[in-house]
Amino acid sequence: MPLAIQCRDLRKTYDGKVEAVRGLNLEIESGECFGLLGPNGAGKTTTIEILEGLLAPSSGQVTILGKTWESDARELRESMGISLQETRLAEKLTVRETIDLFASFYREPRLSDDVLEELQLSEKADAWVGKLSGGQRQRLAVATALVGNPKVLFLDEPTTGLDPQSRRQLWDIVRGFQKRGGTVLLTTHYMEEAERLCDRLAIIDHGQVIAEGTPAELIARLGGHHVVEFAASGEQNGASTEPWKALPGVESVQRDDDGGLVRLHVREPHLTVPALLDLIMRQNSHLLHLSTRQASLEDVFVRLTGRHLRED
Amino acid sequence: MAVSEPLPKVKDSPEPKQPTLLHNGRWSGFTHLLAARMTELWREPEVMFWVFVFPLLLALGLGIAFRDKPADVTPVAIVAGSDAENTLAMLERSPEHSLIRAQIAERSVALKGFRLGKYDLVIEPGSAGEFHYVYDPARPESVLSRREVDDALQSAAGRKNPLTTATTVSSEPGSRYIDFLIPGLIGMNVMNAAMWGIGFALVDMRQRKLLKRFVGTPMRRSDFLTALASSRILLMFVEVGLLLGFGVFFFHMRVMGQWLSILLVGAFGALSFSGIGLLSASRAQKIETASGLMNLIMMPMWIFSGVFFSYERFPAVLHPFIKALPLTALNDALRATVLEGATLASQSGRLLVMAVWGVLSFLLALRVFRWT
Repeated sequence: MPLAIQCRDLRKTYDGKVEAVRGLNLEIESGECFGLLGPNGAGKTTTIEILEGLLAPSSGQVTILGKTWESDARELRESMGISLQETRLAEKLTVRETIDLFASFYREPRLSDDVLEELQLSEKADAWVGKLSGGQRQRLAVATALVGNPKVLFLDEPTTGLDPQSRRQLWDIVRGFQKRGGTVLLTTHYMEEAERLCDRLAIIDHGQVIAEGTPAELIARLGGHHVVEFAASGEQNGASTEPWKALPGVESVQRDDDGGLVRLHVREPHLTVPALLDLIMRQNSHLLHLSTRQASLEDVFVRLTGRHLRED
Repeated sequence: MAVSEPLPKVKDSPEPKQPTLLHNGRWSGFTHLLAARMTELWREPEVMFWVFVFPLLLALGLGIAFRDKPADVTPVAIVAGSDAENTLAMLERSPEHSLIRAQIAERSVALKGFRLGKYDLVIEPGSAGEFHYVYDPARPESVLSRREVDDALQSAAGRKNPLTTATTVSSEPGSRYIDFLIPGLIGMNVMNAAMWGIGFALVDMRQRKLLKRFVGTPMRRSDFLTALASSRILLMFVEVGLLLGFGVFFFHMRVMGQWLSILLVGAFGALSFSGIGLLSASRAQKIETASGLMNLIMMPMWIFSGVFFSYERFPAVLHPFIKALPLTALNDALRATVLEGATLASQSGRLLVMAVWGVLSFLLALRVFRWT
């Protein structure tokens, strides 16, 4: 597959001091839905805005559809659609007027009616933008990106602040675009979104890619697909994790910063759990909490950075 | 015997429908931007008030305050005494009686009234039939009053004029204050509306990240800026039409020039101030920054450019600078075309001043403009 988006050693320094992006590499294939996952301030928005040609990088190369911003800006704009984080579109234009306006900038745009229908905005076509709900506004933002019939779609946190139903609606729209052969690059800090929507992911922290792969690969890298979390009396912050590591089936151990919660990444929970209970009993302490679940990207992130993705 | 095997079934995956496409021409972006801007303005009631209603109210208020008074009647006092009644009768007999309102008053009261401006002149009849006037040469109405009263008394006493003279009354529309004022108001309104309209719209769109969103499309940046300026010109046609029409209907103004010339002068003004508005809002992230800057730019023009009174009252050494201001050029050109019926060609110098301001600031704005 040819590469749709490629960047090498991308760097962005603001005002000569703040390094938002420090040497970032990405290769995104045509037809892929690629996710940039990371906490707030990790450099996702800076990265995506450089790729969109809205920000100039301090150094590094960007190639999109085989073209560069320096030589083919106009052509690139014709073939991509973007949705920024929080654009507030003109409130006193109707939905249709807004889409028509954006369509007018492209040489060969799609019919506004088709886009309205695809994004389930037909009923709201004549409503003022100011009267739309959050989910409808976000769909309109994506509609303004899709109306130019792009080959590449950039979405910066497209579902932040939306209710679950609106979020799923947007996922369907993104999948539909992908089915027609489009390439998608999106940023998110929602794990579920990344796992369900993206073919591949790059986890970004402090302006660098710290892990990359399919969601399944990333989770597999934890060494186990299951997570056992427990808390026991007598467990303290500084206590050694060695006894837990020695339990059968445990691949890695982690302790939450703030409390006695211990997290075991395990391959076979049915072997680990009885042994764990046994050990706790032998230590004369008792269990305060126990849960097991499938590992998620959140665990990947915590494992890689020692922090949670959303610290709020 | 060959058994015809059914072909392996291809998994049914309907080809996703490829979208139908339109073809846009070169100017589609510009026309849509302009239409969107006009629609937004139309749906903004405050804008409609400030652009259309407020200038009319201002013109109405000022027009009434400075409307032409009936011919000035001069109030005079006659010092009470034996000849006072006789003097009063003489004044009332004279041909100038309609211009003089005389009262008999005690000497001290009369002089006090004169000092306070209640009387323009005090007449003191002497015992031998002569008259003594008290007047103030620094007060034009007092000087005028002395002449009128003197004429009245002389002719009442039987003076025959050696020359025969005739006069025609002339208080034609065209030379009144309201005639001076309306073109000035139009000029000021064109400036205010273009500067505020463009400045606020830009800063607002920048704050909403709408400018950033627009430059993420293939939209031509110059299309965006010219559409914004064009929306001001369209509004200007309406504003000029309304104010001038208002002057014609309410104050019986006489428009001497061609309407087309007047509108073209207005268009030069609107372009000029659109450019300056673009420049002053080209980098501001906050409405306060932009409005401070715009006030700073407009303040000297409100004062110097002859909106409410003629800049001829400023020292002559300032005139070249005042005439280089775009609002001065606009006001002068408007007055010349509206009041004197001047041709566009005769105003080319003033049009050039406006064009230079507009084009230079537009080009500079394009260079320094911040889209994000």
